[in-house]
Amino acid sequence: MPPDPILEVKGLRVELSTRSGTVPVLDDLSFSIDAGETLAFVGESGCGKSMTALAVMGLVPHPIGRIASGSIRLAGEDLTRVPEKRMRAVRGNDVSMIFQEPMTALNPVYTAGEQIAESLRRHQDMGRRAAWEHAIEMLAAVGIPDPRGRASAYPHQMSGGQRQRVMIAMALACRPKVLIADEPTTALDVTVQAQIFELLKDLRRETGTALILITHDMGVVAEMAERMIVMYAGRKVEDGMVTDVIAEPKHPYTRGLISCVPHLAEVLTEERPDLTEVPGVVPPLTQFGRDMCLFSSRCPLADDKCWEERPPERRFGAGHVAACWHAEEVS
Amino acid sequence: MMFTILQKVAYSGLLLLAVIVLNFFLLHAAPGDVADTIAQSMGGADAETMERIRADYGLDLPLWQQLLEYVTGVLHGDLGYSFFFNVPVTELLLERLPATLLLVITAQLLALTVGVLLGVISARRPNGLASHFVTLLALFGYSAPVFWTGIMLLIVFSLMVPIFPVAGMSDATLTGGWWAHAVDVAHHLVLPAITLASIFLALYSRLCRASMLEVLGSDYIRTAKAKGLSEGQVVVKHALKNALSPVVTLAGLQFSAVVSGAVLVETVFSWPGLGTLALQSIIARDTPTILGILFFSSLVVVVVNLITDMVLRLIDPRIRTGVA
Repeated sequence: MPPDPILEVKGLRVELSTRSGTVPVLDDLSFSIDAGETLAFVGESGCGKSMTALAVMGLVPHPIGRIASGSIRLAGEDLTRVPEKRMRAVRGNDVSMIFQEPMTALNPVYTAGEQIAESLRRHQDMGRRAAWEHAIEMLAAVGIPDPRGRASAYPHQMSGGQRQRVMIAMALACRPKVLIADEPTTALDVTVQAQIFELLKDLRRETGTALILITHDMGVVAEMAERMIVMYAGRKVEDGMVTDVIAEPKHPYTRGLISCVPHLAEVLTEERPDLTEVPGVVPPLTQFGRDMCLFSSRCPLADDKCWEERPPERRFGAGHVAACWHAEEVS
Repeated sequence: MMFTILQKVAYSGLLLLAVIVLNFFLLHAAPGDVADTIAQSMGGADAETMERIRADYGLDLPLWQQLLEYVTGVLHGDLGYSFFFNVPVTELLLERLPATLLLVITAQLLALTVGVLLGVISARRPNGLASHFVTLLALFGYSAPVFWTGIMLLIVFSLMVPIFPVAGMSDATLTGGWWAHAVDVAHHLVLPAITLASIFLALYSRLCRASMLEVLGSDYIRTAKAKGLSEGQVVVKHALKNALSPVVTLAGLQFSAVVSGAVLVETVFSWPGLGTLALQSIIARDTPTILGILFFSSLVVVVVNLITDMVLRLIDPRIRTGVA
């Protein structure tokens, strides 16, 4: 028997109330992640990646959004049922998060060291001095030169890459069981991106933290993750080992995403196939939750059945799951 | 850091000098001079006596020399002589200044603390009942004229329910030590301070609410929540410190308005400060006193602006260290 996953989400449904009624922005989402594993969430903007992160953090925007059903088990404890006080003790301690915008995600009026130390004082029962010293160690661990000096620097005195390193130090300070990185490098330039990913890899190896990586960059997925989940319109459309999914996608949306990236599918040759795109856009929120395949409007394989019935998740080999009526025709 | 502060102080000094020079020319442009006033009080004088008086007071000197003398006089604390009150203006002002400063500073601090508190409360639940109440209160405080508010408070809390004294700053019949005296002054201070604070409280609470709402929606607040901090810590430590800058800036700018508002409030409550003095000296056409008041209020405003600047530096490191 394999060990229990560190985080297990089952049948999660998150609803948002909009002017045109309640819509499920996450619809029957299930996944799990083991300690030390990296799981990537991919998909376009608005498909529910970030909402998944917020749900796990217990930060679904209130009162517009709510967790309608399902469970989120962290080391066995269902986070959807714990009181807010307990959730606060989990947040930043057992589960923590790195956000997309390092430029604005740090509080401008506190020093980098203070923002890291605050977490330690809150969760690890550390005194002011101990927390500050540990914050300096964390800054050193995320590769900031002169950590003792930089601890007293304010965010506006740092570059974007440094700020993201501070965010990572803050998120990892309490050695969380699960770290969620929501597009951690979108706002950074390419060389810094590579450094940040190297750093995340190293830290994960050292701490055994499970990493949930949210991205829309298939290149990053191939580089970083062992497993991936493809999200579309609030639903999981494909789930499997990265190598399997990239080699043999079972959902037309996944295939579309892969063929957007030049070097993933093809070996580099003289002949450069044209890059393709997935035509069309994600359906409006009002259509979320309908009993149909929400990708139908953009799918080359769609037929009447796709428009009338939601495809169930089907298994293809070890741990490879896809929700498509025409999965066999995809690759 | 030290350099910028010194720079600010130097600018403030220049500004005050400009006020003094302006004062001099206003004094000069006003019809009649000291000789006329003295002659008038003597019941008339011939041209020769007038010349002598003018010579005595240095009024026959060239303009630039008079200006120089006036400026050195002011710098040495000599603002001229009030013929109406028959005392040197400086003495008169120093006697009245503490009362005004007490009223103005109390009102400003009251408006700031309560305003910020109400702003924070209403920003936490922007559509809640408390928020609507604060909006209503702010609208009322802002639109009601101060003298009306003052008279209403007097009617309610001094006449109908006599909890507070009707006028003045202290009870002349009171005996007892300094403590009893202090309590007495505080007792007299309540209504005028509330009256003067009401209009600014409205302003500060609205600005604080808007500023808090903006800050609460920012990324670093989400970061603070993701750290597992309690709502109180998020609101006070992470949001308020950021939201405070615009409120402090406005409070600094509004301080001159508080000082001029004090004129009305002091009149309503017979508060023995610069405001009532200003009114009296305007009616009596006592130019030296009016200009003295002008000088003192600009001094107060300039000093407060300096303090505002320091406070902003304390709150926001981006001002302290220079924006990157």
